Amino acid sequence: MSDLTKLKIAEARDLLAKGDLTSRELTEAHIAAVEAADPLNAYIEKTPEIALEQADAADAKIKAGDASGMTGIPVGIKDLFATKGVHTQACSKILDSFKPEYESTVTQKLWDDGAVMLGKLNMDEFAMGSSNETSFYGPVKNPWRAKGSNNDFVPGGSSGGSVASVAGYAAMGATASDTGGSIRQPAAFTGTFGIKPTYGRCSRYGMVAFASSLDQAGTITRDVRDGAIMLESISGFDPKDSTSVDIPVPNFEAALTGDIRGMKIGIPQEYHLAGMPGEIEALWHQGIEWMKAAGAEVVDINLPHTKYALPTYYIVAPAEASSNLARYDGVRYGHRNVPDNGGLVDMYEATRADGFGDEVKRRIMIGTYVLSAGYYDAYYLKAQKVRQLIADDFKRAFEKVDAILTPTAPSAAFAFGEKSDDPLAMYLNDVFTVPASLAGLPGSSVPAGLDSNGLPLGLQVLGKAWDEETVLKVSGVIEQAAAFTSQPELWWR
Amino acid sequence: MSNIDKATVAKIARLARIKIEDEKLEPLAGELNNILGWVEQLGEVNTDDIQPMSSVVDAKLRWRQDEVNDGDKADSVLKNAPNAEYGFFAVPKVIE
Repeated sequence: MSDLTKLKIAEARDLLAKGDLTSRELTEAHIAAVEAADPLNAYIEKTPEIALEQADAADAKIKAGDASGMTGIPVGIKDLFATKGVHTQACSKILDSFKPEYESTVTQKLWDDGAVMLGKLNMDEFAMGSSNETSFYGPVKNPWRAKGSNNDFVPGGSSGGSVASVAGYAAMGATASDTGGSIRQPAAFTGTFGIKPTYGRCSRYGMVAFASSLDQAGTITRDVRDGAIMLESISGFDPKDSTSVDIPVPNFEAALTGDIRGMKIGIPQEYHLAGMPGEIEALWHQGIEWMKAAGAEVVDINLPHTKYALPTYYIVAPAEASSNLARYDGVRYGHRNVPDNGGLVDMYEATRADGFGDEVKRRIMIGTYVLSAGYYDAYYLKAQKVRQLIADDFKRAFEKVDAILTPTAPSAAFAFGEKSDDPLAMYLNDVFTVPASLAGLPGSSVPAGLDSNGLPLGLQVLGKAWDEETVLKVSGVIEQAAAFTSQPELWWR
Repeated sequence: MSNIDKATVAKIARLARIKIEDEKLEPLAGELNNILGWVEQLGEVNTDDIQPMSSVVDAKLRWRQDEVNDGDKADSVLKNAPNAEYGFFAVPKVIE
Protein backbone atom coordinates (compact mmCIF):
# COMPACT_ATOMS: atom_id res chain seq x y z
CA MET A 1 0.00 0.00 0.00
CA SER A 2 1.62 3.21 -1.14
CA ASP A 3 -0.54 5.75 0.66
CA LEU A 4 -2.16 4.42 3.82
CA THR A 5 -4.28 7.55 4.20
CA LYS A 6 -6.29 6.56 1.12
CA LEU A 7 -7.60 3.42 2.85
CA LYS A 8 -11.19 3.30 3.94
CA ILE A 9 -12.12 2.22 7.47
CA ALA A 10 -13.50 -1.15 6.34
CA GLU A 11 -10.37 -1.86 4.26
CA ALA A 12 -8.03 -0.92 7.10
CA ARG A 13 -10.08 -3.00 9.55
CA ASP A 14 -9.63 -6.08 7.36
CA LEU A 15 -5.88 -5.49 6.88
CA LEU A 16 -5.45 -4.94 10.63
CA ALA A 17 -7.34 -8.15 11.38
CA LYS A 18 -5.15 -10.15 8.99
CA GLY A 19 -2.01 -8.70 10.51
CA ASP A 20 -0.98 -7.09 7.21
CA LEU A 21 -1.04 -3.65 8.80
CA THR A 22 -0.54 -2.24 12.29
CA SER A 23 -2.44 0.65 13.78
CA ARG A 24 0.94 2.26 14.49
CA GLU A 25 1.81 2.29 10.77
CA LEU A 26 -1.64 3.59 9.89
CA THR A 27 -1.49 6.22 12.63
CA GLU A 28 2.01 7.42 11.72
CA ALA A 29 0.90 7.90 8.11
CA HIS A 30 -2.07 9.92 9.31
CA ILE A 31 -0.05 12.05 11.71
CA ALA A 32 2.12 13.04 8.74
CA ALA A 33 -1.00 13.75 6.65
CA VAL A 34 -2.42 15.91 9.44
CA GLU A 35 0.84 17.92 9.52
CA ALA A 36 0.79 18.33 5.76
CA ALA A 37 -2.84 19.46 5.83
CA ASP A 38 -2.13 22.67 7.77
CA PRO A 39 -3.15 24.83 4.77
CA LEU A 40 -6.70 23.45 5.12
CA ASN A 41 -6.91 24.66 8.75
CA ALA A 42 -9.06 21.62 9.57
CA TYR A 43 -7.26 20.78 12.83
CA ILE A 44 -7.09 23.39 15.55
CA GLU A 45 -5.33 21.04 17.99
CA LYS A 46 -3.20 18.02 17.11
CA THR A 47 -2.70 15.13 19.50
CA PRO A 48 0.02 12.90 17.96
CA GLU A 49 1.28 11.59 21.34
CA ILE A 50 -2.18 10.46 22.37
CA ALA A 51 -2.67 8.97 18.89
CA LEU A 52 0.48 6.84 19.06
CA GLU A 53 -0.32 5.65 22.56
CA GLN A 54 -3.83 4.65 21.47
CA ALA A 55 -2.43 3.01 18.32
CA ASP A 56 -0.15 0.77 20.36
CA ALA A 57 -3.01 -0.12 22.67
CA ALA A 58 -5.13 -0.91 19.62
CA ASP A 59 -2.44 -3.18 18.20
CA ALA A 60 -2.38 -5.07 21.48
CA LYS A 61 -6.17 -5.29 21.43
CA ILE A 62 -6.13 -6.72 17.91
CA LYS A 63 -3.45 -9.26 18.88
CA ALA A 64 -5.59 -10.30 21.82
CA GLY A 65 -8.51 -10.95 19.45
CA ASP A 66 -10.56 -8.20 21.06
CA ALA A 67 -11.01 -5.92 18.04
CA SER A 68 -14.18 -4.24 16.79
CA GLY A 69 -14.89 -2.07 13.74
CA MET A 70 -13.10 1.07 14.91
CA THR A 71 -10.09 -0.57 16.60
CA GLY A 72 -6.88 1.10 15.48
CA ILE A 73 -8.66 3.58 13.17
CA PRO A 74 -7.36 7.19 13.29
CA VAL A 75 -10.16 9.74 13.52
CA GLY A 76 -10.61 13.47 14.09
CA ILE A 77 -12.93 14.88 16.76
CA LYS A 78 -15.06 17.97 16.29
CA ASP A 79 -14.07 20.61 18.85
CA LEU A 80 -17.46 20.49 20.59
CA PHE A 81 -16.95 16.98 22.00
CA ALA A 82 -15.39 17.14 25.45
CA THR A 83 -12.07 15.29 25.49
CA LYS A 84 -10.46 14.99 28.89
CA GLY A 85 -7.45 17.26 29.23
CA VAL A 86 -7.57 18.23 25.56
CA HIS A 87 -8.65 21.50 23.89
CA THR A 88 -12.48 21.71 23.84
CA GLN A 89 -13.81 25.14 22.94
CA ALA A 90 -16.46 24.68 20.23
CA CYS A 91 -14.07 27.04 18.42
CA SER A 92 -15.10 29.99 20.58
CA LYS A 93 -12.87 32.48 22.37
CA ILE A 94 -15.20 32.41 25.35
CA LEU A 95 -13.98 28.90 26.23
CA ASP A 96 -10.38 30.09 26.06
CA SER A 97 -7.97 27.43 27.35
CA PHE A 98 -10.79 25.21 28.64
CA LYS A 99 -9.68 21.63 29.11
CA PRO A 100 -12.49 19.38 30.31
CA GLU A 101 -12.09 17.17 33.35
CA TYR A 102 -14.35 14.60 31.72
CA GLU A 103 -14.91 12.78 28.43
CA SER A 104 -17.99 12.97 26.19
CA THR A 105 -19.87 9.68 25.84
CA VAL A 106 -19.48 9.67 22.05
CA THR A 107 -15.69 9.93 22.22
CA GLN A 108 -15.48 7.52 25.16
CA LYS A 109 -17.31 4.93 23.06
CA LEU A 110 -14.78 5.40 20.26
CA TRP A 111 -11.84 5.00 22.65
CA ASP A 112 -13.49 1.96 24.25
CA ASP A 113 -13.60 0.43 20.77
CA GLY A 114 -9.92 1.21 20.27
CA ALA A 115 -10.14 4.20 17.92
CA VAL A 116 -7.23 6.65 17.68
CA MET A 117 -7.55 10.44 18.18
CA LEU A 118 -5.57 12.58 15.71
CA GLY A 119 -6.76 15.89 17.14
CA LYS A 120 -9.60 18.38 17.46
CA LEU A 121 -11.35 19.74 14.41
CA ASN A 122 -12.32 23.25 13.40
CA MET A 123 -16.00 24.24 13.25
CA ASP A 124 -18.26 27.27 13.18
CA GLU A 125 -18.30 28.91 16.62
CA PHE A 126 -20.76 26.91 18.77
CA ALA A 127 -21.82 25.18 15.52
CA MET A 128 -23.58 28.38 14.43
CA GLY A 129 -22.86 28.70 10.75
CA SER A 130 -23.01 26.95 7.41
CA SER A 131 -19.56 27.76 6.01
CA ASN A 132 -17.10 27.42 8.91
CA GLU A 133 -16.40 31.16 8.59
CA THR A 134 -17.52 31.98 12.14
CA SER A 135 -14.78 29.95 13.88
CA PHE A 136 -12.52 31.86 16.28
CA TYR A 137 -9.66 29.91 14.67
CA GLY A 138 -10.41 31.12 11.16
CA PRO A 139 -12.12 29.42 8.25
CA VAL A 140 -11.45 25.93 6.91
CA LYS A 141 -10.63 25.49 3.24
CA ASN A 142 -12.52 22.97 1.15
CA PRO A 143 -10.04 20.41 -0.24
CA TRP A 144 -11.99 20.61 -3.50
CA ARG A 145 -11.24 23.32 -6.04
CA ALA A 146 -13.09 24.14 -9.22
CA LYS A 147 -11.63 22.71 -12.40
CA GLY A 148 -8.61 24.70 -13.58
CA SER A 149 -8.85 27.16 -10.68
CA ASN A 150 -6.81 27.90 -7.57
CA ASN A 151 -9.64 29.70 -5.82
CA ASP A 152 -10.70 28.41 -2.43
CA PHE A 153 -14.21 27.41 -1.44
CA VAL A 154 -15.90 26.99 1.93
CA PRO A 155 -16.25 23.40 3.19
CA GLY A 156 -19.76 24.05 4.49
CA GLY A 157 -20.58 24.07 8.17
CA SER A 158 -20.73 23.82 10.94
CA SER A 159 -18.68 20.58 10.75
CA GLY A 160 -16.18 22.17 8.33
CA GLY A 161 -13.06 20.67 9.93
CA SER A 162 -14.68 17.23 10.07
CA VAL A 163 -15.43 17.12 6.35
CA ALA A 164 -12.18 18.77 5.25
CA SER A 165 -10.08 16.32 7.27
CA VAL A 166 -11.91 13.30 5.83
CA ALA A 167 -12.12 14.60 2.23
CA GLY A 168 -8.49 15.73 2.54
CA TYR A 169 -7.19 12.30 3.68
CA ALA A 170 -6.16 13.64 7.08
CA ALA A 171 -8.57 11.35 9.01
CA MET A 172 -10.34 8.12 8.13
CA GLY A 173 -13.49 9.37 9.78
CA ALA A 174 -14.58 12.24 11.98
CA THR A 175 -17.21 12.94 14.58
CA ALA A 176 -19.62 15.71 13.72
CA SER A 177 -22.83 17.20 15.06
CA ASP A 178 -26.03 18.30 13.41
CA THR A 179 -28.45 20.91 14.74
CA GLY A 180 -29.99 22.06 11.46
CA GLY A 181 -27.80 20.42 8.82
CA SER A 182 -24.26 20.72 10.15
CA ILE A 183 -23.37 17.17 9.12
CA ARG A 184 -25.26 16.78 5.86
CA GLN A 185 -24.60 20.14 4.18
CA PRO A 186 -20.79 20.08 4.63
CA ALA A 187 -20.73 16.41 3.58
CA ALA A 188 -22.44 17.43 0.33
CA PHE A 189 -19.92 20.25 -0.20
CA THR A 190 -16.93 17.90 0.12
CA GLY A 191 -17.98 14.63 -1.52
CA THR A 192 -18.10 12.80 1.82
CA PHE A 193 -20.78 10.66 3.46
CA GLY A 194 -22.45 12.23 6.46
CA ILE A 195 -25.10 10.68 8.67
CA LYS A 196 -27.11 12.19 11.49
CA PRO A 197 -29.03 9.52 13.41
CA THR A 198 -32.39 9.85 15.14
CA TYR A 199 -32.48 12.35 18.00
CA GLY A 200 -31.74 10.29 21.12
CA ARG A 201 -29.61 7.64 19.35
CA CYS A 202 -26.29 9.15 20.46
CA SER A 203 -25.67 10.61 23.88
CA ARG A 204 -25.32 14.38 24.10
CA TYR A 205 -23.31 14.05 27.34
CA GLY A 206 -20.14 16.07 26.92
CA MET A 207 -21.22 17.80 23.73
CA VAL A 208 -21.06 21.57 24.00
CA ALA A 209 -24.74 22.51 23.81
CA PHE A 210 -26.14 24.75 21.07
CA ALA A 211 -29.87 23.88 20.82
CA SER A 212 -30.53 20.87 23.01
CA SER A 213 -33.77 19.71 21.38
CA LEU A 214 -32.00 19.55 18.00
CA ASP A 215 -28.32 18.72 18.67
CA GLN A 216 -27.35 15.21 17.65
CA ALA A 217 -23.97 13.61 17.04
CA GLY A 218 -23.10 11.80 13.84
CA THR A 219 -20.22 10.90 11.56
CA ILE A 220 -18.34 11.92 8.43
CA THR A 221 -16.62 9.19 6.43
CA ARG A 222 -15.50 8.56 2.86
CA ASP A 223 -18.20 6.01 2.13
CA VAL A 224 -21.45 4.56 3.41
CA ARG A 225 -19.98 1.36 4.86
CA ASP A 226 -17.49 3.37 6.91
CA GLY A 227 -20.36 5.54 8.11
CA ALA A 228 -22.26 2.46 9.26
CA ILE A 229 -19.21 1.16 11.16
CA MET A 230 -18.42 4.45 12.89
CA LEU A 231 -22.04 5.34 13.66
CA GLU A 232 -22.55 2.00 15.36
CA SER A 233 -19.54 2.69 17.56
CA ILE A 234 -20.86 6.03 18.85
CA SER A 235 -24.54 5.03 19.22
CA GLY A 236 -26.30 3.71 22.26
CA PHE A 237 -28.16 4.49 25.45
CA ASP A 238 -26.47 6.62 28.08
CA PRO A 239 -27.99 7.28 31.51
CA LYS A 240 -26.01 10.54 31.64
CA ASP A 241 -28.23 12.09 28.93
CA SER A 242 -31.91 12.33 29.90
CA THR A 243 -32.96 12.42 26.23
CA SER A 244 -30.88 9.38 25.26
CA VAL A 245 -33.27 6.57 24.38
CA ASP A 246 -32.86 3.03 25.66
CA ILE A 247 -33.29 0.91 22.55
CA PRO A 248 -30.82 -1.58 21.09
CA VAL A 249 -28.32 -0.49 18.44
CA PRO A 250 -28.62 -2.66 15.32
CA ASN A 251 -25.67 -3.92 13.31
CA PHE A 252 -25.69 -1.00 10.87
CA GLU A 253 -23.20 -2.52 8.45
CA ALA A 254 -25.49 -5.54 8.00
CA ALA A 255 -28.16 -3.18 6.64
CA LEU A 256 -26.05 -2.57 3.52
CA THR A 257 -27.63 -5.31 1.44
CA GLY A 258 -27.98 -3.21 -1.69
CA ASP A 259 -31.50 -4.53 -2.01
CA ILE A 260 -34.23 -1.89 -2.09
CA ARG A 261 -36.63 -3.78 -4.36
CA GLY A 262 -40.23 -2.96 -3.52
CA MET A 263 -39.23 -0.17 -1.19
CA LYS A 264 -41.23 3.06 -1.46
CA ILE A 265 -39.18 6.24 -1.87
CA GLY A 266 -40.97 9.56 -1.34
CA ILE A 267 -40.20 12.68 -3.36
CA PRO A 268 -41.47 15.77 -1.51
CA GLN A 269 -42.94 18.17 -4.07
CA GLU A 270 -42.31 21.20 -1.82
CA TYR A 271 -38.54 20.69 -2.21
CA HIS A 272 -38.71 21.85 -5.84
CA LEU A 273 -37.56 25.35 -4.97
CA ALA A 274 -38.04 28.25 -7.34
CA GLY A 275 -34.66 29.44 -8.55
CA MET A 276 -32.81 26.26 -7.62
CA PRO A 277 -29.87 25.60 -9.99
CA GLY A 278 -30.75 23.27 -12.87
CA GLU A 279 -27.83 21.04 -11.92
CA ILE A 280 -29.36 20.33 -8.52
CA GLU A 281 -32.74 19.49 -10.07
CA ALA A 282 -30.98 17.26 -12.61
CA LEU A 283 -29.05 15.42 -9.89
CA TRP A 284 -32.23 14.85 -7.94
CA HIS A 285 -33.91 13.51 -11.06
CA GLN A 286 -30.92 11.23 -11.61
CA GLY A 287 -31.31 9.96 -8.05
CA ILE A 288 -34.96 9.16 -8.73
CA GLU A 289 -33.94 7.17 -11.81
CA TRP A 290 -31.37 5.24 -9.73
CA MET A 291 -34.07 4.34 -7.23
CA LYS A 292 -36.34 3.04 -9.99
CA ALA A 293 -33.51 1.12 -11.63
CA ALA A 294 -32.81 -0.59 -8.29
CA GLY A 295 -36.42 -1.77 -8.13
CA ALA A 296 -37.84 0.77 -5.69
CA GLU A 297 -41.17 2.46 -6.22
CA VAL A 298 -40.97 6.25 -6.38
CA VAL A 299 -43.93 8.11 -4.90
CA ASP A 300 -44.67 11.84 -4.92
CA ILE A 301 -45.43 13.05 -1.41
CA ASN A 302 -46.33 16.34 0.22
CA LEU A 303 -44.74 17.97 3.23
CA PRO A 304 -46.98 21.06 3.26
CA HIS A 305 -45.23 23.01 6.02
CA THR A 306 -41.75 22.77 4.48
CA LYS A 307 -41.47 26.49 3.75
CA TYR A 308 -41.99 27.28 7.42
CA ALA A 309 -39.18 25.04 8.65
CA LEU A 310 -36.38 27.61 8.36
CA PRO A 311 -38.22 30.46 10.12
CA THR A 312 -39.31 27.96 12.81
CA TYR A 313 -35.73 26.82 13.24
CA TYR A 314 -34.47 30.41 13.51
CA ILE A 315 -36.75 30.95 16.50
CA VAL A 316 -36.35 27.60 18.27
CA ALA A 317 -32.58 27.24 17.87
CA PRO A 318 -31.61 30.79 18.98
CA ALA A 319 -34.07 30.55 21.89
CA GLU A 320 -32.42 27.39 23.16
CA ALA A 321 -28.98 28.81 22.42
CA SER A 322 -29.62 31.99 24.41
CA SER A 323 -30.47 29.79 27.37
CA ASN A 324 -27.63 27.28 26.91
CA LEU A 325 -25.00 29.97 26.38
CA ALA A 326 -26.02 31.86 29.51
CA ARG A 327 -23.49 29.68 31.34
CA TYR A 328 -20.55 31.52 29.76
CA ASP A 329 -20.16 34.31 32.25
CA GLY A 330 -16.46 34.36 33.06
CA VAL A 331 -16.95 32.74 36.46
CA ARG A 332 -16.40 29.01 36.11
CA TYR A 333 -14.33 28.50 32.98
CA GLY A 334 -12.93 30.13 29.91
CA HIS A 335 -12.39 33.77 29.10
CA ARG A 336 -12.88 36.52 31.68
CA ASN A 337 -12.73 40.28 31.29
CA VAL A 338 -13.11 42.51 34.35
CA PRO A 339 -13.17 46.23 33.39
CA ASP A 340 -11.34 48.61 35.73
CA ASN A 341 -13.47 49.22 38.83
CA GLY A 342 -16.10 46.98 37.30
CA GLY A 343 -18.56 44.93 39.30
CA LEU A 344 -20.02 41.50 38.65
CA VAL A 345 -22.47 42.57 35.92
CA ASP A 346 -19.76 44.60 34.19
CA MET A 347 -17.66 41.45 34.17
CA TYR A 348 -20.45 39.39 32.63
CA GLU A 349 -21.13 41.97 29.95
CA ALA A 350 -17.50 42.59 29.03
CA THR A 351 -16.63 38.88 29.07
CA ARG A 352 -19.49 37.98 26.76
CA ALA A 353 -18.89 41.02 24.52
CA ASP A 354 -15.37 39.96 23.63
CA GLY A 355 -15.78 36.20 24.08
CA PHE A 356 -18.57 35.66 21.54
CA GLY A 357 -18.32 36.34 17.81
CA ASP A 358 -20.88 38.35 15.83
CA GLU A 359 -23.08 35.45 14.65
CA VAL A 360 -23.26 33.96 18.14
CA LYS A 361 -24.19 37.35 19.60
CA ARG A 362 -26.82 37.83 16.92
CA ARG A 363 -28.43 34.49 17.77
CA ILE A 364 -28.29 35.06 21.53
CA MET A 365 -29.98 38.41 20.99
CA ILE A 366 -32.73 36.90 18.82
CA GLY A 367 -33.22 34.09 21.32
CA THR A 368 -33.38 36.51 24.23
CA TYR A 369 -35.93 38.64 22.37
CA VAL A 370 -38.27 35.79 21.38
CA LEU A 371 -38.26 34.46 24.93
CA SER A 372 -38.77 37.84 26.58
CA ALA A 373 -41.98 38.92 28.29
CA GLY A 374 -44.64 39.94 25.79
CA TYR A 375 -43.06 38.11 22.85
CA TYR A 376 -42.85 34.52 24.08
CA ASP A 377 -46.31 33.50 22.81
CA ALA A 378 -46.05 35.31 19.50
CA TYR A 379 -42.66 33.86 18.57
CA TYR A 380 -41.48 30.89 20.62
CA LEU A 381 -44.79 29.20 21.35
CA LYS A 382 -45.94 29.80 17.79
CA ALA A 383 -42.73 28.23 16.47
CA GLN A 384 -43.12 25.17 18.70
CA LYS A 385 -46.64 24.70 17.30
CA VAL A 386 -45.45 24.96 13.71
CA ARG A 387 -42.65 22.56 14.60
CA GLN A 388 -45.29 20.04 15.64
CA LEU A 389 -47.03 20.49 12.27
CA ILE A 390 -43.72 19.88 10.46
CA ALA A 391 -43.17 16.68 12.45
CA ASP A 392 -46.78 15.64 11.68
CA ASP A 393 -46.10 16.16 7.95
CA PHE A 394 -43.27 13.63 8.14
CA LYS A 395 -45.32 11.22 10.22
CA ARG A 396 -48.08 11.19 7.60
CA ALA A 397 -45.56 10.83 4.75
CA PHE A 398 -43.85 7.87 6.43
CA GLU A 399 -47.17 6.05 6.59
CA LYS A 400 -46.84 5.81 2.81
CA VAL A 401 -43.10 5.61 2.16
CA ASP A 402 -39.99 3.96 3.64
CA ALA A 403 -37.53 6.76 2.89
CA ILE A 404 -37.45 10.24 1.38
CA LEU A 405 -35.00 11.44 -1.28
CA THR A 406 -34.06 15.11 -1.77
CA PRO A 407 -31.03 17.19 -2.68
CA THR A 408 -28.87 17.92 0.38
CA ALA A 409 -28.21 21.59 -0.30
CA PRO A 410 -29.53 24.13 -2.81
CA SER A 411 -26.04 24.76 -4.24
CA ALA A 412 -22.49 23.42 -4.39
CA ALA A 413 -19.76 24.91 -2.18
CA PHE A 414 -19.48 28.69 -2.49
CA ALA A 415 -16.61 31.18 -2.20
CA PHE A 416 -15.42 32.76 1.05
CA GLY A 417 -17.30 35.95 1.90
CA GLU A 418 -20.02 35.22 -0.63
CA LYS A 419 -22.75 34.89 2.00
CA SER A 420 -21.09 35.90 5.26
CA ASP A 421 -22.48 39.47 5.14
CA ASP A 422 -26.06 38.32 4.72
CA PRO A 423 -27.34 36.08 7.55
CA LEU A 424 -30.55 35.21 5.69
CA ALA A 425 -28.71 34.07 2.54
CA MET A 426 -26.49 31.91 4.75
CA TYR A 427 -29.46 30.40 6.59
CA LEU A 428 -31.01 29.31 3.26
CA ASN A 429 -28.20 26.76 2.83
CA ASP A 430 -30.00 24.56 5.31
CA VAL A 431 -33.40 24.71 3.63
CA PHE A 432 -33.45 20.96 2.83
CA THR A 433 -31.81 19.73 6.04
CA VAL A 434 -33.61 21.75 8.73
CA PRO A 435 -37.07 20.12 8.44
CA ALA A 436 -35.81 16.64 9.41
CA SER A 437 -33.75 18.15 12.25
CA LEU A 438 -36.88 19.79 13.64
CA ALA A 439 -38.63 16.39 13.48
CA GLY A 440 -35.65 14.55 15.03
CA LEU A 441 -35.39 12.15 12.07
CA PRO A 442 -32.29 10.36 10.77
CA GLY A 443 -30.77 11.62 7.54
CA SER A 444 -27.69 11.26 5.40
CA SER A 445 -25.92 13.00 2.56
CA VAL A 446 -24.38 10.80 -0.12
CA PRO A 447 -21.91 12.09 -2.73
CA ALA A 448 -23.77 11.71 -6.00
CA GLY A 449 -22.03 13.77 -8.66
CA LEU A 450 -20.09 16.88 -9.64
CA ASP A 451 -21.40 20.19 -10.89
CA SER A 452 -20.11 21.81 -14.09
CA ASN A 453 -17.21 23.35 -12.13
CA GLY A 454 -16.16 19.96 -10.83
CA LEU A 455 -17.43 20.54 -7.26
CA PRO A 456 -19.26 17.73 -5.40
CA LEU A 457 -23.02 17.57 -4.95
CA GLY A 458 -24.94 15.37 -2.52
CA LEU A 459 -28.30 13.68 -2.26
CA GLN A 460 -30.12 13.49 1.06
CA VAL A 461 -31.89 10.37 2.34
CA LEU A 462 -34.33 10.73 5.25
CA GLY A 463 -35.83 7.88 7.25
CA LYS A 464 -38.35 7.13 9.97
CA ALA A 465 -37.35 7.62 13.58
CA TRP A 466 -34.98 4.79 14.65
CA ASP A 467 -34.69 3.51 11.08
CA GLU A 468 -31.08 4.45 10.32
CA GLU A 469 -30.82 1.06 8.64
CA THR A 470 -33.08 2.08 5.77
CA VAL A 471 -31.24 5.40 5.45
CA LEU A 472 -27.95 3.50 5.19
CA LYS A 473 -29.37 0.91 2.79
CA VAL A 474 -30.77 3.51 0.40
CA SER A 475 -27.56 5.56 0.73
CA GLY A 476 -25.57 2.49 -0.25
CA VAL A 477 -27.65 2.02 -3.39
CA ILE A 478 -27.14 5.66 -4.40
CA GLU A 479 -23.43 5.35 -3.76
CA GLN A 480 -23.18 2.28 -5.94
CA ALA A 481 -25.25 3.78 -8.75
CA ALA A 482 -23.39 7.10 -8.66
CA ALA A 483 -20.01 5.33 -8.71
CA PHE A 484 -18.58 8.53 -7.28
CA THR A 485 -14.83 8.01 -7.53
CA SER A 486 -13.72 11.62 -7.99
CA GLN A 487 -11.15 12.89 -5.53
CA PRO A 488 -9.81 16.34 -4.80
CA GLU A 489 -6.26 17.00 -5.98
CA LEU A 490 -3.91 16.97 -3.00
CA TRP A 491 -2.78 20.58 -3.67
CA TRP A 492 -1.88 21.22 -0.03
CA ARG A 493 0.50 18.27 0.39
CA MET B 1 -45.19 42.86 14.93
CA SER B 2 -41.49 43.40 15.26
CA ASN B 3 -40.10 46.86 15.09
CA ILE B 4 -36.93 46.79 17.06
CA ASP B 5 -35.42 50.19 17.69
CA LYS B 6 -32.15 51.23 19.29
CA ALA B 7 -33.65 51.27 22.76
CA THR B 8 -35.03 47.75 22.35
CA VAL B 9 -31.64 46.44 21.19
CA ALA B 10 -30.06 48.03 24.25
CA LYS B 11 -32.66 46.34 26.42
CA ILE B 12 -32.12 42.91 24.83
CA ALA B 13 -28.36 43.33 25.14
CA ARG B 14 -28.81 44.09 28.82
CA LEU B 15 -31.02 41.02 29.31
CA ALA B 16 -28.46 38.89 27.44
CA ARG B 17 -25.60 40.45 29.44
CA ILE B 18 -23.65 41.40 26.35
CA LYS B 19 -22.07 44.85 26.25
CA ILE B 20 -22.87 46.48 22.92
CA GLU B 21 -21.21 49.77 21.99
CA ASP B 22 -23.60 52.63 21.28
CA GLU B 23 -22.68 52.97 17.63
CA LYS B 24 -23.39 49.25 17.05
CA LEU B 25 -27.00 49.43 18.33
CA GLU B 26 -28.48 50.92 15.16
CA PRO B 27 -26.92 48.42 12.69
CA LEU B 28 -27.85 45.54 14.98
CA ALA B 29 -31.45 46.78 15.09
CA GLY B 30 -31.50 46.58 11.29
CA GLU B 31 -30.15 43.02 11.27
CA LEU B 32 -32.57 41.80 13.92
CA ASN B 33 -35.52 43.43 12.16
CA ASN B 34 -34.54 41.68 8.93
CA ILE B 35 -34.42 38.29 10.57
CA LEU B 36 -37.54 38.76 12.67
CA GLY B 37 -39.43 40.25 9.72
CA TRP B 38 -38.64 37.06 7.82
CA VAL B 39 -39.75 34.71 10.61
CA GLU B 40 -43.05 36.55 10.88
CA GLN B 41 -44.33 34.52 7.92
CA LEU B 42 -45.17 31.92 10.56
CA GLY B 43 -48.21 34.10 11.24
CA GLU B 44 -49.75 32.63 8.05
CA VAL B 45 -49.92 29.17 9.59
CA ASN B 46 -53.12 28.23 11.36
CA THR B 47 -52.07 26.73 14.67
CA ASP B 48 -55.42 26.79 16.47
CA ASP B 49 -55.82 23.61 18.54
CA ILE B 50 -52.17 22.61 17.93
CA GLN B 51 -50.15 21.72 21.00
CA PRO B 52 -46.62 23.14 20.98
CA MET B 53 -44.01 20.41 20.57
CA SER B 54 -42.55 19.43 23.91
CA SER B 55 -40.48 16.40 22.96
CA VAL B 56 -39.11 15.52 19.55
CA VAL B 57 -39.11 11.75 20.09
CA ASP B 58 -41.84 9.67 21.68
CA ALA B 59 -39.92 8.91 24.82
CA LYS B 60 -40.81 9.39 28.46
CA LEU B 61 -38.27 11.06 30.65
CA ARG B 62 -36.78 8.46 32.94
CA TRP B 63 -36.88 8.45 36.70
CA ARG B 64 -33.91 7.53 38.76
CA GLN B 65 -33.31 6.87 42.41
CA ASP B 66 -32.92 10.10 44.35
CA GLU B 67 -29.46 9.39 45.58
CA VAL B 68 -26.02 10.93 45.27
CA ASN B 69 -24.17 9.28 42.39
CA ASP B 70 -21.37 11.74 41.76
CA GLY B 71 -19.50 14.49 43.52
CA ASP B 72 -16.68 15.16 45.93
CA LYS B 73 -14.50 16.65 43.19
CA ALA B 74 -14.20 20.32 44.08
CA ASP B 75 -10.66 20.52 42.70
CA SER B 76 -11.83 19.18 39.39
CA VAL B 77 -14.74 21.60 39.26
CA LEU B 78 -12.49 24.57 40.00
CA LYS B 79 -9.68 23.50 37.72
CA ASN B 80 -10.78 25.64 34.75
CA ALA B 81 -11.87 28.67 36.78
CA PRO B 82 -10.30 31.97 35.68
CA ASN B 83 -9.95 32.75 39.38
CA ALA B 84 -10.46 30.37 42.29
CA GLU B 85 -9.59 31.01 45.92
CA TYR B 86 -10.00 28.91 49.06
CA GLY B 87 -12.05 26.29 47.21
CA PHE B 88 -14.46 28.84 45.72
CA PHE B 89 -14.98 30.63 42.42
CA ALA B 90 -13.73 34.17 42.92
CA VAL B 91 -15.60 37.13 41.38
CA PRO B 92 -15.40 40.94 41.72
CA LYS B 93 -16.78 42.27 44.99
CA VAL B 94 -20.59 42.14 45.04
CA ILE B 95 -21.33 43.48 48.54
CA GLU B 96 -19.57 46.52 50.00
